[in-house]
Amino acid sequence: MPLTPVITAHWDDPHSYTLDSYRRHGGYTALAQALKTDPDEVIATVKESGLRGRGGAGFPTGLKWSFVPQNDGRPHYLVVNGDESEPGACKDIPIMLANPHALIEGIVITCWAIRASHAFIYIRGEVPMPIRRMQKSVAEARAAGYLGKNILGSGLDLEIVVHGGAGAYICGEETALLDSLEGRRGQPRLKPPFPAVAGLYASPTVVNNVETISSVPYIIKNGVSWYREMGTEKSPGFKVWAVSGHVTRPGIYEAPLGITMGELLDYAGGIRDGRDVKFWLPGGSSVPMLTADHLDTPMTYEAIVDAGSMLGTGTPMLFDETTSVVKAITRWLEFYRHESCGKCTPCREGTYWITGTLEKFQEGRGSQDEIEDLVEICNQIMGRSFCALGDAAATPYAPSLALFRSEWEAALTQPADEAFDPAATMIIPSMSGVGA
Amino acid sequence: MPLTDQTAAECRDLAARYPDGRSALLPMLHVVQSEEGMINSAAIEMCADVLGLTTAEVTAVATFYTMYRQKSPGGTHHIGVCTNTLCGLLGGDAVFAALSERLDVGSGETTPDGKFTLERIECQAACTHAPVMTVDWEYFDCTTIADAIRTIEALAADEMVVATRGPAVRGWRATERTVAGIDDGLADEARCVDAIMLAGLEVAKEKGMTAPDPGKGA
Ligand SMILES: Cc1cc2nc3c(=O)[nH]c(=O)nc-3n(C[C@H](O)[C@H](O)[C@H](O)COP(=O)(O)O)c2cc1C
Ligand code: SF4
Ligand code: FES
Repeated sequence: MPLTPVITAHWDDPHSYTLDSYRRHGGYTALAQALKTDPDEVIATVKESGLRGRGGAGFPTGLKWSFVPQNDGRPHYLVVNGDESEPGACKDIPIMLANPHALIEGIVITCWAIRASHAFIYIRGEVPMPIRRMQKSVAEARAAGYLGKNILGSGLDLEIVVHGGAGAYICGEETALLDSLEGRRGQPRLKPPFPAVAGLYASPTVVNNVETISSVPYIIKNGVSWYREMGTEKSPGFKVWAVSGHVTRPGIYEAPLGITMGELLDYAGGIRDGRDVKFWLPGGSSVPMLTADHLDTPMTYEAIVDAGSMLGTGTPMLFDETTSVVKAITRWLEFYRHESCGKCTPCREGTYWITGTLEKFQEGRGSQDEIEDLVEICNQIMGRSFCALGDAAATPYAPSLALFRSEWEAALTQPADEAFDPAATMIIPSMSGVGA
Repeated sequence: MPLTDQTAAECRDLAARYPDGRSALLPMLHVVQSEEGMINSAAIEMCADVLGLTTAEVTAVATFYTMYRQKSPGGTHHIGVCTNTLCGLLGGDAVFAALSERLDVGSGETTPDGKFTLERIECQAACTHAPVMTVDWEYFDCTTIADAIRTIEALAADEMVVATRGPAVRGWRATERTVAGIDDGLADEARCVDAIMLAGLEVAKEKGMTAPDPGKGA
């Protein structure tokens, strides 16, 4: 399947991020078009396109917008999720750096559709560059009349606030994000009510991912049938894939949903030094690992589920045979333990227990009983946690055991760093100066 | 530096950006932290005062987020090394170990001269650029042990050090203001679109691959 640059098509323009460059390539024409269309029709178009959320869950975007009650006399809000903190996810920040106006145009169109006059871009606090770039771009857009009062004579008033977070993975979860944006601890809320009914300031709110909203202008401009020429019936369209790990040319590759990992890997020059892939994760650390057996699986929401994983953020991480599974899984669980917000017991206590046990295996001090106990503890967390972070933490271990049991058994006595030389896993020289 | 009326005014300006002023609490905490070097009682009181909250309410928020320093002021430069699985195993662990040895501090600690705070950080949304280091939260992508040490030495000698995708670093406190949403004028300092972000586009152009022609589908 060929690559299909859309969002990324003009990133090689030295000033791709400026309003000038964006307009030179047809930017903001979709907005003019949308503002002449009835908002309900815009929602219908996005529904027909089949665009699905790129933040991890793949929820149909048009459907989400249609849940916002209309003529309810209350303010509506759009909150763009730019928290991008899932290990492995690294596509939203590049989009904001290279093509900020696609996001802004998408925001204005979305706000027209859901009848919102206030939008927020919540960007994780640990990355200043997209914060300053989005802020500058918002100012440019306002000066050009794409934001502010009565945009292009449509009657739409809209302000965008760029908001920096302060370090907390859980704030990527949409309801935690809303609490955080209200100036509170970022802890998930009970659902229902869903944000579309009672979100920011208890008003109807749409929360969408950066890539989701950045896709909207291209769909409006080029049409549903164009969009559906790419991808499959259930997973239509283009996708910004961020390929990382032991690959020859890691980077951003834009291609339709339905491309295989094997094809993407070919474009990325294969695994480094002609080695083989040992395991890979289609979209973040919260999805089950797959192996070389799945390199021909189409990367669609449905086919990846059939293969036993999830598409997640669509940012595959690949690891070659030099990598210790025990060490990789332990490190991810240390992340979940650190990021558990502490609101519910299964996740707070469970991540603590699992991680402690995994750390013993990593040091070569595991026990046979614990190999099975861990599966049980993960099952206890799965589905019993207040939010999906708990499920995510309970996900990685069992598939790794199913695929690499012998490695876990070796870890009863052998430390991971003995079984797998850390220097061999590295892609940089292991000593300062030597060959650097 | 004591908190001034100017800081309070900046906090009020931030609050005015939102339909509900309390939404500005995180940005405000970044601003007061940039003044005080940490979230101390003066910082808490100023935020509480501006927003009409109790100090307990503000403290509850400040302690939740990892970027706010509770115990001691941060050093001039914040040095982050991503040691999440991908970066860590591909080289971040070794980079962290080398910096820790060179600076003689552990994660979260500040050198006695107050120059550097070293920290293991989580995935920085730049895994395609592994191993990732940050200085004052600006990206230092695709780092090596040698690069990291060189960067530290240059900073120690007060030389100008430029991020790979970002501007020349200005110290951690300056970044705290940027994150708060206060314009630093540096949005166009660096292009921030590098070969890794262009990898797919380059292959597509080489092979003559494009998205479908819109003229046809519409
Ligand atoms: C722990 C956790 C972290 C998340 N982090 C993000 C994130 O950084 N960015 C994001 O867009 N969605 C994230 N999500 C998913 C959001 O809750 C939400 O589904 C998404 O923002 C909706 O946008 P979409 O429909 O456009 O995908 C996260 C979910 C969980 C449970
Ligand atoms: S599952 Fe974890 S992150 Fe989610 S609410 Fe419970 S403790 Fe918090
Ligand atoms: S794992 Fe280091 S940036 Fe993602």
